[in-house]
Amino acid sequence: MSTVQRNMSLTGEPPKSINTQQKLATFLGVFGLFLLVLAAVNLNFPNKGVWLGIALISILGGVVWFAKGAYQNKQEGIKNDGVWFKSITSRGYLAWITGISLTGFYIVLYFFPQFLGLVQEGDNKGLIAFFDPLSKLLSGNPASQWFVYGTLYTIAILSFGTKFIWKYRHNRYERIRTISVMFFQTAFAFLIPEFMARLNSDTFSLPYYDLKNIWPLNYYNFEQYRVDSFISAGDVGLALLLFGIASIFIITPILTYKYGKRWYCSWVCGCGGLAETAGDPFRHLSDKSMNAWKIERWVVHSVLVFVVVMTTAVVHSYLGDDASKYWLTKDVFLIGVGVFLTLLFAAIWFFKRKELEKDARYGAFGYLVIVLVLIGMHFTAGKTLFLFEAETLRQSYGFLIGAIFSGVIGTGFYPIFGNRVWCRFGCPMAAILGLQQRLFSKFRITTNGGQCISCGNCSTYCEMGIDVRAYAQKGENIVRASCVGCGICSAVCPRGVLKLENGPLANRIEGNEILLGNDVDLMQYVNNR
Amino acid sequence: MEHIVIIGNGISGITAARHIRKLSDKKITIISAESDHFFSRTALMYIYMGHMQYEHTKPYEDYFWKKNRIDLKRGFVKTVSPEDKVLTLSDGEQINFDKLIIAVGSKSNMFGWPGQDLDGVQGLYSLQDLEALEKNAPNNKICERAVIVGGGLIGIELAEMLSTRQIPVTFLVREESFWNVVLPQGESEMLNRHIKSHHIDLRLSTNLKKILPDKNGRARAVVIEETGEELPCNVVGLTAGVTPNVDFLKDSGIELGRGVKVNRFLETNKKDIYAIGDCAEQHEAIGNRRPIEAVWYTGRMMGEVVAQTICGNKREYKPGHWFNSAKFFDIEYQTYGWVFAKPKEYEAHFHWKHEDDTKCITVAYHKETEEFLGINTFGIRMKHEVLDRWLSEKKSIDYIIKHLKEANFDPEFYSGFEKEILSTYNNQPVNV
Repeated sequence: MSTVQRNMSLTGEPPKSINTQQKLATFLGVFGLFLLVLAAVNLNFPNKGVWLGIALISILGGVVWFAKGAYQNKQEGIKNDGVWFKSITSRGYLAWITGISLTGFYIVLYFFPQFLGLVQEGDNKGLIAFFDPLSKLLSGNPASQWFVYGTLYTIAILSFGTKFIWKYRHNRYERIRTISVMFFQTAFAFLIPEFMARLNSDTFSLPYYDLKNIWPLNYYNFEQYRVDSFISAGDVGLALLLFGIASIFIITPILTYKYGKRWYCSWVCGCGGLAETAGDPFRHLSDKSMNAWKIERWVVHSVLVFVVVMTTAVVHSYLGDDASKYWLTKDVFLIGVGVFLTLLFAAIWFFKRKELEKDARYGAFGYLVIVLVLIGMHFTAGKTLFLFEAETLRQSYGFLIGAIFSGVIGTGFYPIFGNRVWCRFGCPMAAILGLQQRLFSKFRITTNGGQCISCGNCSTYCEMGIDVRAYAQKGENIVRASCVGCGICSAVCPRGVLKLENGPLANRIEGNEILLGNDVDLMQYVNNR
Repeated sequence: MEHIVIIGNGISGITAARHIRKLSDKKITIISAESDHFFSRTALMYIYMGHMQYEHTKPYEDYFWKKNRIDLKRGFVKTVSPEDKVLTLSDGEQINFDKLIIAVGSKSNMFGWPGQDLDGVQGLYSLQDLEALEKNAPNNKICERAVIVGGGLIGIELAEMLSTRQIPVTFLVREESFWNVVLPQGESEMLNRHIKSHHIDLRLSTNLKKILPDKNGRARAVVIEETGEELPCNVVGLTAGVTPNVDFLKDSGIELGRGVKVNRFLETNKKDIYAIGDCAEQHEAIGNRRPIEAVWYTGRMMGEVVAQTICGNKREYKPGHWFNSAKFFDIEYQTYGWVFAKPKEYEAHFHWKHEDDTKCITVAYHKETEEFLGINTFGIRMKHEVLDRWLSEKKSIDYIIKHLKEANFDPEFYSGFEKEILSTYNNQPVNV
């Protein structure tokens, strides 16, 4: 069979090359990018604001126009034609070039912003200076590398989001969902924090806060400088701090209970937003093997434990010892965390143990022991919490997870590993929401009786690497921690077998040995046994 | 240990094997000449269209078979000797069995058209057919036009496949409207328009007379029966249905009709030999079903039943309510119960079509009792479970139309058409 495969990819050609509209659109988009490159190599544009506008609008317009060229003459419906024949979407040469360029850009952005023209004391140069006019317009401050990144990120989501809507225009769920991620990126991730920064003065200062970015995804939210900043900003700051805490313990569990984690991962989150829009052409590249699934579960939950330990250590490091000054001392906090984790664990163990697989039970138990031992060691052996200095932990997390994993690998490698690598293997937020979804959410994907033909479209196009077909052909509901509810499995199913639903908790998971349509007596005999 | 040999690794044979493994510890061997591993035949079109690769069409990873102790054997069975309980492969190897399941599926119908064996003429059923198509029609330079003969589900899939590579397609359909042996007129006509809207040159009431060769023995044109018109083309797709692939059993003593004759227990006339799926032919049709059901779902169901029988729980094949589904370019189709193209004398139809011409439903009911008999839906997904229950409970057409919303399976936020359907239903002229 391997010869057949090779044969297919060699002789199979894309059905057609791009049309005239798409060529012009490509020219426009690349022209915009070229302007950015010129700025990056220190060409000093005379009127930066105007040229920046031209560059950004060209990129945005180019992508949207390209999408129009691709879809306007096609009828509504799933059109994944030639996806596996095209170099860019089948890990071909273009895919590798794109992956390497994106990764290179991320490495420079994270670790060498000076190459982009960032100047700490004094005026920016190069690409970052090119963005100064827009930054000053919004927040009044000069641009940083993160502002450049945020602007390009928003443009990517808006332009590729438009493309996505065009592609899936027959599907109302996809249209609404995409408008939602486009809105949250533009308003919450991009504009509101900039406007909030404008309010800052000598007496009033808030940290840069993307309100929809919830701990542990924004693992830095409870660092000393931020908490100090919140508290010093009076009522508004305190409200934001409380909102940050409430969003972890109250808002997300309620929403996840009602709608599954999709309310966040595919409707609100920025990482998810980029994955769903710019990353959509790569969704079929995710690894669906059983091995990938095993690795995924261990890695993503390890990151979650890491972030819990790290945050505890960081908060612990700046709390006081003196209970007479403030009730929340180092010890109170630490004991509080220990008690909370133990209670949480006990509750899950008591109510949901039967729903967890053996390795999940071992894993959960192991992690609890580790965390409690670390806390216990702290009280008996003293000094540094968790063997490492809090700052060392924080830096390691920021470097390994925040930068390398979520930034460089997570998005840079879209064309190689698929678009949800970070969400699937790394995101601690996805891990928490996933636990909630698996254990007590109303969300599930239902399958339609005996209608599945095991064609595999659903599994192929699942960006989270879930073998959807394995459930569909058994007539089983899909209740998976990793499902982000993008709805594409349901969209690509040629037999209409899958549906995303919120429903009662009872009988969420039910498989049939013998599927509907068969001999009624046999079905009863086997399924009730 | 009892040795169960299954010929054919399609959905029927594989389902039987999986269920036998679930129920027992018997030795299981599956023989196939088509592929090393089970893949979903229904997904072949998506490989050609570039939606998926061959690997994606395998429902189980390759380690699955070893782990479940199901032996896979690549080979072509040449003869079967029921008395000695041995079968011979084309390379001479002999395999003994205690029980044999014949699940060899179908082959494309060839009606003896002149030129049907030329290069570039093919059906679309097996993996080898797909490989041939990839060679015959890799792009619209090598294949400047394709002609498809036969107006059924495989024909329209082939038309869709070729059109994704911008290959112009002429679609010859014998009937006066697409698939109207199965679909009522309104639905069939809607599909005619939908097919044409995809730039397919659909020719209704048109028959193939012959296929003309070029000097290298390749198809170069077809001649149309009615007009004598000569249509130049490089590929001819013959998709006028399928026939059981049972030629190798001719001298075995196993009783054959068009397929392998089986009783309600899926047993052939020879002890310990069973036949399931496309190649099995019932002595007498079950209910409204045909004696041979070349349908994916029934293959699966027969596999489930025969596994019970083989594992000591002898069961009749008693399928529940009929259901099926398909997709015609962008329009999904589902059917539950029976909706006949030409209503039976007791049967009446309620038909509703959306103004956008891509969605419609037809509900069949009993004229006198108003009992719900079946439903066809186009462009609206319905819940199998609910309709199955309504059929069992013999609900009335009134009840069905009023409760249609309960059966809806469309994705969230989709527009519902139940109100529109209900008002159309209420405004029908009353039959006197």
